[in-house]
Amino acid sequence: MEYIIIIIGAIFVNNIVLVQFLGICPFLGVSTRISTAAGMSAAVMFVMTLATIVTFLLQSFVLVPLHIEFMKTVAFILVIASLVQMVELIMKKVSPPLYQALGVFLPLITTNCAIMGVALLVIKKDFNLAESVVFAIASAIGFALALIVFAGIREKLELLDVPEAMKGAPIALLTAGLLSLAFMGFSGMV
Amino acid sequence: MSIGKEFYRGFIKENPVFVLLLGMCPTLGVTGTAVNGLGMGLATTAVLIGSNIVISLIKNLIPEKVRIPVFIVVIASFVTIIELTMAAYLPDLNEQLGLFIPLIVVNCIILGRAEAFASKKGVGESIVDGIVMGLGFSFALTLLGSVREILGFGSIFGVKFVAEEASTMLLFILPPGAFISLGILTAAINKLTMKKGKV
Repeated sequence: MEYIIIIIGAIFVNNIVLVQFLGICPFLGVSTRISTAAGMSAAVMFVMTLATIVTFLLQSFVLVPLHIEFMKTVAFILVIASLVQMVELIMKKVSPPLYQALGVFLPLITTNCAIMGVALLVIKKDFNLAESVVFAIASAIGFALALIVFAGIREKLELLDVPEAMKGAPIALLTAGLLSLAFMGFSGMV
Repeated sequence: MSIGKEFYRGFIKENPVFVLLLGMCPTLGVTGTAVNGLGMGLATTAVLIGSNIVISLIKNLIPEKVRIPVFIVVIASFVTIIELTMAAYLPDLNEQLGLFIPLIVVNCIILGRAEAFASKKGVGESIVDGIVMGLGFSFALTLLGSVREILGFGSIFGVKFVAEEASTMLLFILPPGAFISLGILTAAINKLTMKKGKV
């Protein structure tokens, strides 16, 4: 039951993009096509789960026993950056087709604040390892949901006659606002 | 390089938020009130100036291939300094900004300026660039925070100017309001710069 609450909470109620404002850069940047949005979502899901596990272990077995929790920011970003590099190398070697599909998104992920945000949230919420993994996967699904729905709307948006000053980012932001409004409907559910 | 021109560049022409669309997460996440926006902007400015100084000083010592990890470590160190300082002296603001303080480290503005400016120019110019870009970012955040606070709470910098029982547009404090206000502000800035023929 606890896990179901975590999952529903992370996907709908506290959607990582539309309610918590994490990962806005890729949300606005790679959402012009549904196919790229799906690729980015898959890459994020992969890295987010992995990064959460690694940073969780780092926090509980290195930083806390040594009493250097204040190094969290430095340690986490280094771990995430090197993890992304490693994933890229391994993927290239082991599964070229997967690399073909997700490779271009991987370098962008290091500066995706959703990854670092989820790693920090898990520590803040005092989750155990299993809860952390569930939370990371659910957050990634929430990210994917927001990104793909948004990309679908933006594909249609291209066909419209938008006033000159509203073209590009402004109209995208307004659309995101309406989407976020829809997600507000889930608030209070958990 | 004239000061006025530099500030025009940081505030309007190359404003990191309205024009370059960088650092969107804190921009949307913490601008519920003008004070929070200003606080976040200044914290980011401090990190930006610090990292610009250090990076322009050590630029000749960093091997080309590992420059990005080095930049990230420098930035993360400054973020930790700011985080601890704020926790000590401004605990309330620190609590309000929460997760977004450590997340300054992944703010693309800072890494972007390190890569595009500080790693190529001298210390003096890098400091000016840090100040100008940082204040441009703070300006954008404060403006957005003010708009949302005025519409959502009927107050500005915590000073209420409508009657206590007046109903305000709470929507603008909630997440959708962040997207909508920023969308309208960017459209307004677009319109302004287009009129001047400086697109």
